[in-house]
Amino acid sequence: MSTLTETAAPVATAQGPSLLAVRGVKTYYGNIIALKGVDLDVRQGEIVTMIGANGAGKSTLMMTIFGSPRAREGSISFDGRDITQMPTHEIARLRIAQSPEGRRVFPRMTVYENLQMGASINNFAHFEQDLERMFALFPRLKERISQRGGTLSGGEQQMLAIARALMARPRLLLLDEPSLGLAPLIVRQIFDAIRMLNREEGLTVFLVEQNAYHALKLAHRGYVMVNGVITMQGTGRELLADPQVRAAYLEGGHH
Amino acid sequence: MEVFLQQLINGLTLGSIYGLIAIGYTMVFGIIGMVNFAHGDVFMVGGFIALMCFMILTAWLGLAVIPSLLLVLLIGMILTGLWNWTIERVAYRPLRGSFRLAPLISAIGMSIFLANLVQVLQGPRNKPLPPMIQGNFVLMGSESTTVVLAYKQIVIVVVTVALLIAFWWLVQKTPLGRAQRACEQDRKMAALLGIDVDRTISITFVIGAALAAVAGVMYLMYYGVVSFSDGFVPGVKAFTAAVLGGIGSLPGAVLGGLLIGLIETMWSAYFTIDYKDVAAFSILAITLIFLPTGILGRPEVEKV
Ligand SMILES: Nc1ncnc2c1ncn2[C@@H]1O[C@H](COP(=O)(O)OP(=O)(O)OP(=O)(O)O)[C@@H](O)[C@H]1O
Ligand SMILES: [Mg+2]
Repeated sequence: MSTLTETAAPVATAQGPSLLAVRGVKTYYGNIIALKGVDLDVRQGEIVTMIGANGAGKSTLMMTIFGSPRAREGSISFDGRDITQMPTHEIARLRIAQSPEGRRVFPRMTVYENLQMGASINNFAHFEQDLERMFALFPRLKERISQRGGTLSGGEQQMLAIARALMARPRLLLLDEPSLGLAPLIVRQIFDAIRMLNREEGLTVFLVEQNAYHALKLAHRGYVMVNGVITMQGTGRELLADPQVRAAYLEGGHH
Repeated sequence: MEVFLQQLINGLTLGSIYGLIAIGYTMVFGIIGMVNFAHGDVFMVGGFIALMCFMILTAWLGLAVIPSLLLVLLIGMILTGLWNWTIERVAYRPLRGSFRLAPLISAIGMSIFLANLVQVLQGPRNKPLPPMIQGNFVLMGSESTTVVLAYKQIVIVVVTVALLIAFWWLVQKTPLGRAQRACEQDRKMAALLGIDVDRTISITFVIGAALAAVAGVMYLMYYGVVSFSDGFVPGVKAFTAAVLGGIGSLPGAVLGGLLIGLIETMWSAYFTIDYKDVAAFSILAITLIFLPTGILGRPEVEKV
């Protein structure tokens, strides 16, 4: 129960160049503005959490990083390289992987094939090895290996979406509400898995969550988004302790 | 009985040709949700290319029948594939993301263009091909009727089956086929996983055209002629086959093709040959009304 083991160590966070740098990004849907100038950084080895109410623009940011929809203003760079105008599939090939909103598991492909899809950018080098890692992480997937994605339960789909993203051996993992619709036990399992991957393999993670308490506890740093702008940022602990954050995102929550 | 058996053989032969064409309709529909009205004409172009190749190889270069057939298949698949690739690039891709009817109109335009192009190249009269593969097995014979299996029918069925197996393997077992299916199910997600969606769509057009080219070669072998207007009727029949089998379903396309082939030949034998096309087209109308998802189609395409 001690915070020392539960909260990720904030040491890695302090400095270092950004792996992902988002600068003044504005994204529109038609004429409606969804992101009104977002600045954000994710450094190598960090877990960064973004929280925000429904419709704040969190998923839009996740997808804008992949250029779909494309930022109309501002810039996004990954590992020092400008990716603002890069085609989506090329951005993915830089080893940015996403478990997107709604999971988007391929419904008429088996669990195995979905995982193969995740490994596409690696040309299936170390596929068997990575498969075993995913089975260790999510034993449930092993049992369901020949089942079609569309017939999995919501929780199983979530595990599959995360595992599929990990199969790419990403340098940066984007998770859009990984805990959505999951039983608390599974949420715990998934968050434990993220923490473990971060500690042991130095995986860099940027996640968006409604489940603010656990997500901020997991994170080195966090951002709060309101109506398409970042209104607050700080370490996970600072945000957890902030009265405004507590009032807006934590009070009445189950934790 | 003899008539039935004979028509069964003829129907299955014809049906394999329709099935090969139907796959192109169904694949393109699956991946971009568009009925490629020009596909029948792509098939016809395939037949026309085959005709020219055969002429050159056998009449001018004096090659034997079997090697020329293999060469013609290869050349036909490559050229027709390239042709369809180009069509997709110039006529469909620029319209992606515009209103739904735009690519359909463009496809109809392409269809007319291809038919007229071949008409101009070919001249007003059909160029028949001397029969390539002659002879047949007599399976059953009585004084009045015989049941024969022509060698060319065997060739058609064997080539079709071999090709379908190769094609099935490609779609089910290779990364390319997997990417193709992924784009079909969720294009945006496929892109997030590093799949080049535009390239995958192009490849789909090439594969569909290659299969249609084989169908074109088979058609030419079966009937001995191919003319600029031959894209339309077999095209609509193959489209009917795709709809009957369940558009978007690959096994459905093959099944639908065989059924349409059988219905057509049985109708010609037992009713009147004049109305055989009407029979096939009536199936299209009836299917669309009573079984819009087809035999093997999905009741509701999952939303992505
Ligand atoms: N495809 C779209 N077309 C038009 N508007 C959109 C589209 N997608 C999102 N929006 C709008 O953009 C705004 C931000 O949406 P977004 O999905 O990014 O919010 P979110 O923070 O992820 O919300 P949630 O927590 O509910 O997932 C919302 O007002 C939404 O209605
Ligand atoms: Mg969202």
